[in-house]
Amino acid sequence: MDFKLKALTKSIWVFHVSAASCNNCDIEILDCLTPRHDLERFGIQLIGSVRHADALLIAGVVNKKCIPRIKKIYEQAPKPCLVIAVGQCAQSQHMFRFSYNVVEPLDKILPVDLYIPGCPPKPEAIIDGIVKLVTKIRKSK
Amino acid sequence: MKLLFNYLIFPGLLFSATIGLFAGWIDRKVTARLQWRKGPPWHQNFTDIIKLLGKETIVPEGASFTFLFSPYVGFLGLALAATILGIAIRSPLQSFTADLIVVLYLLTLPAVTMILGAFSSCNPLASIGASREMKLVLAYELPFILSMIVVIIKSGVAIQLGQILDHQARLGANLVSWSGAIAFVVSILCMQAKLGLVPFDASEAEQEIMGGVLIEYSGLPLAIFKLTKAVLLYTMPLFLIVTFWGNNLSPLVLIGKYIALLVVIILIKNTNPRLRIDQSLRFFWRFPTLLATLAIVLALFGL
Repeated sequence: MDFKLKALTKSIWVFHVSAASCNNCDIEILDCLTPRHDLERFGIQLIGSVRHADALLIAGVVNKKCIPRIKKIYEQAPKPCLVIAVGQCAQSQHMFRFSYNVVEPLDKILPVDLYIPGCPPKPEAIIDGIVKLVTKIRKSK
Repeated sequence: MKLLFNYLIFPGLLFSATIGLFAGWIDRKVTARLQWRKGPPWHQNFTDIIKLLGKETIVPEGASFTFLFSPYVGFLGLALAATILGIAIRSPLQSFTADLIVVLYLLTLPAVTMILGAFSSCNPLASIGASREMKLVLAYELPFILSMIVVIIKSGVAIQLGQILDHQARLGANLVSWSGAIAFVVSILCMQAKLGLVPFDASEAEQEIMGGVLIEYSGLPLAIFKLTKAVLLYTMPLFLIVTFWGNNLSPLVLIGKYIALLVVIILIKNTNPRLRIDQSLRFFWRFPTLLATLAIVLALFGL
């Protein structure tokens, strides 16, 4: 299997994009890094700059104002870059589906690799999703 | 041929980068254990570097050539410092005149190249980080060089690493005297700032300026910068051991001394909050500078 890809799955640096989320998903994402769940033991780190990112963790419903910004952030990230949609809002627009400023779901804008459902998803669910994504990437090559 | 081997493999580039990455892992693991976490596996830092080598390198629009050029200069210069130190430890007679001063200059190189790279990346946050880094260099270089003057005075006005080691082997470590002890404490504080670790890491504060000087770097140049940090984590404690604590440098003792300094670094890192840049400037120009001046006076009186 590809050596580079193996290294990528063992050290995923995550950039957290908060696209107008209600903060619950953000709190659960930060929960993953606390001592109880400790994602650093898998090499997963939250980083500050998009340029270092291996995965974009997008939380929240993507509205009209967010779309150009999210596209820009995706263009700024060095490839290969994974896109992870956290929470019900990011994948199906949830209760904001008929809102006036919400036009299309996230996967119409960016190629999404992983959906983690839940409102908000538990830290266990996020870890489970990441494990599934990693095994999928390793099997694909 | 032998010189090239020395520079590229044994005391130089490859060896120092490996030890530095491993020391970086010890730092991460101990930090994790202190926070009741489990911490990353031992190969984490190596995996990070390999992953970064496989990523795309993005050059921002308007960046000048120093953006891609500066990481290599810093890394290669620092590897040269590691080589000089390694050779001075292995065979003190091979060291050349005034290599202490050469090493002092080479140790400043990573900070300078980081400033150059950040300023040429056309990012406002990177320039904030670079200006902070520049102020930090101005802050810690003064007490650091003053404490090195103490070493020079203590070892009979020798500016050659071999002579300093020889002097210490005959008359005991520089550390075991009032002036040496004070200068050692001062230089440990300066080492923390040189490594860019927590109380003095305002230049790449992740939470406020998003990685600061490194913000625009991705892929290979970022990997080179991470390697530079790793080599610095190997070189700085080694430099302090050579200058202050060089009475017995057999391999096992040397490893023990290195680990002792690493523990000090990790403890300072984990028990302190980040200082603002003006606070760290004020700190360095007050206590360490005064202490180092006091140490010079004491050393001149032979204490």
